[in-house]
Amino acid sequence: MIKRTTKIAMKRAKKKKNPFKFKLGSSKKNQVHLARRHARERRFRVFGFSAIAASMIFLLVFFASIIADGYSAFTQAQLRIVVTFDQSLVEKGNYRKILQNSLKQQFPEAKGRKQRFMLYKLVSKGGVNSLRKLVDNNPQIIGETDQVWLPASSLIDMYVKGKTNNEVDESKRKIKDLQIKWLEELQANNSVRSVFNTAFFTNGDSREPEQAGILGSIMGSIFSIVVCMLISMSIGIGAAVYLEEFAPKNKLTDLIEVNINNLAAVPSIIFGLLALAIYLNFFGMPRSSSLVGGFALAMLVLPTIVIASRNALAAVPPSIRFAATALGATKVQVTLHHTIPYALPGILTGTILGVARALGETAPLLMIGMVAFVADVPTGILDPATSLPTQIYLWADSPELGFVEKTSACIIILLLILGIVNGTAAYIRKKFQYDW
Amino acid sequence: MLKQITFCLAASAFVLSASAVEAREQIRIVGSSTVYPFVTVAAEEFGNYSKFKTPIIEATGTGGGFKLFCSGIGEKYPDFSNASRAIKQSEIDRCAENDINEIAELKIGYDGIVLANSIAAEKFQLTKNQIFLALAKQVPLNGELVDNYYQKWNEVDPSLPDQKIEVYGPPPTSGTRDAFVELVLEPSCKDLPEFLAAIPDKKQRAKNCHLVREDGRYIEVGENDNLIVQKLIANKQALGIFGFSFLDENGATVQGSVIEGVEPSFENISSGSYGISRPLFVYVKNAHSGLIPGVKEFALELVSDNAIGEEGYLVEKGLIPLSEDDLDKTREAAAKIK
Repeated sequence: MIKRTTKIAMKRAKKKKNPFKFKLGSSKKNQVHLARRHARERRFRVFGFSAIAASMIFLLVFFASIIADGYSAFTQAQLRIVVTFDQSLVEKGNYRKILQNSLKQQFPEAKGRKQRFMLYKLVSKGGVNSLRKLVDNNPQIIGETDQVWLPASSLIDMYVKGKTNNEVDESKRKIKDLQIKWLEELQANNSVRSVFNTAFFTNGDSREPEQAGILGSIMGSIFSIVVCMLISMSIGIGAAVYLEEFAPKNKLTDLIEVNINNLAAVPSIIFGLLALAIYLNFFGMPRSSSLVGGFALAMLVLPTIVIASRNALAAVPPSIRFAATALGATKVQVTLHHTIPYALPGILTGTILGVARALGETAPLLMIGMVAFVADVPTGILDPATSLPTQIYLWADSPELGFVEKTSACIIILLLILGIVNGTAAYIRKKFQYDW
Repeated sequence: MLKQITFCLAASAFVLSASAVEAREQIRIVGSSTVYPFVTVAAEEFGNYSKFKTPIIEATGTGGGFKLFCSGIGEKYPDFSNASRAIKQSEIDRCAENDINEIAELKIGYDGIVLANSIAAEKFQLTKNQIFLALAKQVPLNGELVDNYYQKWNEVDPSLPDQKIEVYGPPPTSGTRDAFVELVLEPSCKDLPEFLAAIPDKKQRAKNCHLVREDGRYIEVGENDNLIVQKLIANKQALGIFGFSFLDENGATVQGSVIEGVEPSFENISSGSYGISRPLFVYVKNAHSGLIPGVKEFALELVSDNAIGEEGYLVEKGLIPLSEDDLDKTREAAAKIK
């Protein structure tokens, strides 16, 4: 760029017999001037490059710390325990007792109430459910003794993953020397293993870190996004088409346009308050449900969709409309058959970006009760639910050590989903965009 | 397009009418974020081992909880409210305005507030008065009130280490902060002659006694206690203020300061000898028992031996158990719910 302008300047200088007050190329003053301009150019490039580098570094540090904290949540320690499926206990459904008896048998040195409690704490509370499932699936096991892999408690899980500080005095830490000794015994027998943590993907929320999963929040996110898309797409695209193609240009439409642009900049918590006032208090829709969440998020993304769709429609050249009109198409036909299909990639890209924003929102959901402890996985849009970002918020505030990695793992999942959504938007734009 | 819009409107109208008919099946609980980690555990247990659904719990803060709780009777309103302080008269009045007259108060246990620092640093031995001098907005100097001028702990008291005063703590919206200023700053402050002279009005004096210095020595870290623990690990000079359950969980990285010669331990908080602790409550709307399935059963589960007894699962999570007398009273209150 700079070379070209210099060349032009030189050409001009030759033609006009040096309009500058100095001789080109030879004057010392000119050389200094040129050097300064080149230096300015270099500086500008360095600034630009370092801006990119700085943001890349931030991003890398962010990803690295999240992944370093979170990757361990995808595995879960399991312990091999010899379990005796006592017939009378199975009939009573007292699987907790079965587990406790089996542990006592394996470690008979646990004496007294306190030590036995420490022993029971090796295995996750979810182990009881695993045993129940096992018996339901093969009833012939009743009365037998078998080796069963059971999920370890979060305490043991953290120890196996090396996340506990074992240097400090025993009274200061949660894991006790006796538990470490038992665990080492199990390790010596090859009875400790690390497996893929399926519970993380199949369970709802729980206050026990090793049982907590993201299925509930993923379902909540999906339900609310579907509701949000249904509402915001139909209303948003409809509004955009009318405003762009049919509405007369007058003061009223100008006012509407200004307001839509304003709405896009309104803080999201305000949409939450609005949803609380309208949907919950006025219409009496169920609190914490993904239906209300979807409605609140729809209000949030509506302006984005309207603006993106209008821009996409405006980018379709008028010649297309003229040509169709000239062939006798009505205004509606022109719009439906020609303008919208050409604008669709742009509309979809805008919509998907809006949805990506909605996926990552917490503030509007805070006001309508979707930041809550919901243990059961929601099965419909009326069930109480959380969403991925609110789940992160809740876990980040939990005292248990085991939730640190779960929080980061949940962030990884959310980032992955956002990446996929945004990637889809980029793909649609690349693949279908029409260059006029 | 028009078809689509009408379809959507029809669909939402259908959904709305459907929602109006559906009755609420699960208990709803709102309130204090300090009580949240305990009640959620009880809820999960209740969901697993009873025929009822798992209750839904929101951490709205104590005040926010009562606001929702007292708005009315019916499915739309929560059944329980958690509180890290007793209900105020103004809140009882608000409830009464909405015909909520019978509220059962269940005291479920205690929570201690600790001042902790990194285990790599020296353990602090503090008195409430020293904490007041280090953290209050105004302190006495030569018979007058001046803005807090202490920069180092050993300026407050020569026995304390030669370290910058740096304390991470919760913001004013937090119940933990309320309890902290009430239990630590106020007792040292309200009878100081300098305060009596400068602010004769009792109410105003109490208000001023609750002020924490704002010159960067006390750093507000949001309502996330985990964040404070992380900061203490990184900054060995600093102290942090948070709930005992977080100390209990992170005993391997942070240590609680000794207050008035008493260690913040389970036993000391339980016996009342540790000076900074407060009771935790769960309030129940009697009118909802019978309206929402499982209200009474959940209240009973909360006060059961299994939950808040000496070795209950909530105690395991760091709740400080009640004395025998208090436990009996709480159980009596729960049994009275119809």
